[in-house]
Amino acid sequence: MIDWNMHLPALQVIIPMLSAAFVLLLRPRGLAWAGATAASAFTFAIAIMLTIGVLDGQSYVYQMGNWPAPYGIELGVDSFSALVLLIVSGASTLALLAGRKSLDTDIAEERQPLFYAAWLLALAGLVGIPVAADAFNIFVFMEISSLASYVLIAGGRDRRALPAVFKYLVMGTIGATFYLIGIGLIYLMTGTLNLADMELRIHEVADQKPILVAAGFITIGLALKAAVFPLHVWLPNAYTYSPNIVTVFLAACATKVSLYLLIRFDFFVFQPNLINHDIQFAYFLMPLAVLAILVASGVALFEKNLKRLFAYSSVAQIGYILLGASLVSVAGLTASVVHMFNHGLAKGTVFLAIACLATRYTNLRMDNIAGAAKHMPWTMAAFVVAGLSLVGVPGTAGFISKWYLLSAALEEGTVGWILVAAIIVSSLMAMAYVWRVIETAYFGVQANGNEPVVTNTQAVIDSPREAPIALLSVTWVGALANIYYGLAPSLPVTLATNAAETLMKVAP
Amino acid sequence: MTIIFGVFLLTLMVITALAIVHTQHLFVAVILSGIFSLLMAANFFLLDAADVALTEAAIGAGISTVLFLGALTLTGEAERYRSSSVNRVVALGVVAAITLMVIYATFDKPAFGDPQTPVQQHVAPWYIDTTANDIDIPNVVTAVLASFRGYDTLGEVFVVLTAGIGILFLFSATPTRRKKPQTEQESEVESTAEIKFGEGLRHFLIPQVVGRLLIPFILLFGLYVQFHGDYGPGGGFQAGAIIAAAIILYALLEGEARALRVIPQWVLTGMMAGGAILYSAVGVVCMMLDGNFLEYSVLAADPITGQHIGIIVIEAGVGITVTGVLLSIFHAFAGRRRF
Repeated sequence: MIDWNMHLPALQVIIPMLSAAFVLLLRPRGLAWAGATAASAFTFAIAIMLTIGVLDGQSYVYQMGNWPAPYGIELGVDSFSALVLLIVSGASTLALLAGRKSLDTDIAEERQPLFYAAWLLALAGLVGIPVAADAFNIFVFMEISSLASYVLIAGGRDRRALPAVFKYLVMGTIGATFYLIGIGLIYLMTGTLNLADMELRIHEVADQKPILVAAGFITIGLALKAAVFPLHVWLPNAYTYSPNIVTVFLAACATKVSLYLLIRFDFFVFQPNLINHDIQFAYFLMPLAVLAILVASGVALFEKNLKRLFAYSSVAQIGYILLGASLVSVAGLTASVVHMFNHGLAKGTVFLAIACLATRYTNLRMDNIAGAAKHMPWTMAAFVVAGLSLVGVPGTAGFISKWYLLSAALEEGTVGWILVAAIIVSSLMAMAYVWRVIETAYFGVQANGNEPVVTNTQAVIDSPREAPIALLSVTWVGALANIYYGLAPSLPVTLATNAAETLMKVAP
Repeated sequence: MTIIFGVFLLTLMVITALAIVHTQHLFVAVILSGIFSLLMAANFFLLDAADVALTEAAIGAGISTVLFLGALTLTGEAERYRSSSVNRVVALGVVAAITLMVIYATFDKPAFGDPQTPVQQHVAPWYIDTTANDIDIPNVVTAVLASFRGYDTLGEVFVVLTAGIGILFLFSATPTRRKKPQTEQESEVESTAEIKFGEGLRHFLIPQVVGRLLIPFILLFGLYVQFHGDYGPGGGFQAGAIIAAAIILYALLEGEARALRVIPQWVLTGMMAGGAILYSAVGVVCMMLDGNFLEYSVLAADPITGQHIGIIVIEAGVGITVTGVLLSIFHAFAGRRRF
């Protein structure tokens, strides 16, 4: 009998990847969507099984082709990667379940098999990175996920997506190349690509120039892919002009995977070996994180387009995640990892609610959606819940991560107080930009009484009404999850604490 | 001697790269980048990396030049956009800083060709021994690529597939831009231009006859590279590119439409997906036979035979996908009249 449990890390990647090739061949209408959704749900189920196993204290190590570790390619799943796997596969599954109608209007029928194949490839790439324990293998899956997400973003009817995606392509390629240069330099000095082996062997050569330059290249390359301020310029337009459901998927998880990799690589390979690396890491990233939080929140305050507003908010939230990591402490890392999960939930739900709005309003500018709550009360109610979670109001998931972040910052003494001030100021700014949307939707009046423009000809007959039931119910699943993980946060917190302890145990 | 030759080639590459940046004529830039790849291939060969050299020559200098030219037919040949001088100074500064960093990184690096470096001492001896004992093929590179790090290669096949899907997806969008009412004369001119475009070089006798003679030899060489990968430089990636080149040559001689009649797009899409499925299927079969994913040893009673079977089949998968994707990309560019 085959022990499938042992094969789970491999299946996690192979199932979406192999399904992508099959989905490409599914011609009849709707079948590509069904195939992609089934494969994505299966991937999600495997991620859940892996998480349960990890919580039971099992450690997953898998040798591809059964070749021993530094020679063959190794896969491994621990608490940190399990959490990221949950975020990625969960976001993909919920977005696909919600998005059939929305994607039908965005993508012509004959192009759908190509689109859904690209979706599954993006999913495979994004789950392939956390599962991999080999630096070059990570690069291969980074290529798959980036190429596929360029395709997804360019998929919609909006032609402005093309220049946006071109910018993303150029910057993403530079980021990936920097990572590759770094890996090449490390390979030159250690002769290994396996991360665990690299950690051991890098020790002897840690003070030599190629390794120092490699650390720089890898950090900057990954920061570029993770949209760390000021390398975030590709992000707002890419999120704004992509199809709404694609924004849900990518905003919930794409940058998190790069952040995961940045943190894992740094804490596993560099922190234990390079002298003073922890101080350099903190000095380099902490100011960037604080700037990201304040500047991006400030831009979001004045943004008129709903999607771009929340894209800037994502840049600010990436700042929070990075801020936790830059404290280089168990508490800070816990906060950072918990926030990856909670921000995925909150931002995913916000963009789902925006996708609901987009089914009835073609133009997502602020003044255009005035009074939307009258026509779409359920959508806006879900939006309010997700918005509160984004701000960090007690009782929602966002509060948990803010709480951990604040307590981690307070451990740091005087610098901590400055950080606390920055976090509070930016939370107030978040309150303001979320409130601006809520105010317009609930109390705004359409200028000169023009009723909302409806998207498809069929709906012209009806007055604007609620979003399709599938989309709306998934949005509410997201909203309720925000409340549930605000009241019972044990799952993300346990995983994050384990992850932080694993990461710091190897640090000095 | 190797060092002198290497420095010579690298200097030529730097000159070519500067020329590519400097020229404003895109056709010149494309041809120069082909030359750049060919110099790179020579460089790889000098470093005894024959497999990589073959790939670089086939894909970098060959196919990608054709694809660039295909793109140029849609966009025009002159560079129109010039960035402001401030931007250019900033860009130059960034590039200079990065170059200095990379040069700085080379200060402590091991000497060129030194057998005592970590790269030569850590994993390489194991690869050489295990290839001889457990896989028993002469080409260690193929053993590393197809078996020891077969999962990476599977990933690369899917990268190629993703690229193909991306091009097909983007080019299947119908351009919705302004459709000005055409006068009858204009549309007639356009349709005759289309006919000419679709005919390739059918009215040019000499290239057609010579070209036709070449095609079977290119195909034969492609198959040789495909199946000889265990013994000498070669394998699925290179073979896929060579076979695709033969069919592209046919399309150039006989017209794109005729080439599509020989191998229609649905066959190409099937090849794209089929090769990748074949490769993954080998891995899944290994799992069914109670091995790890891609553990070819379980495929036959004798582990060495199992490795041979696995490597041959996955190389075939690589070749099929690469051929399918390259031809699909070529047709996507060639079949589009305007952007």
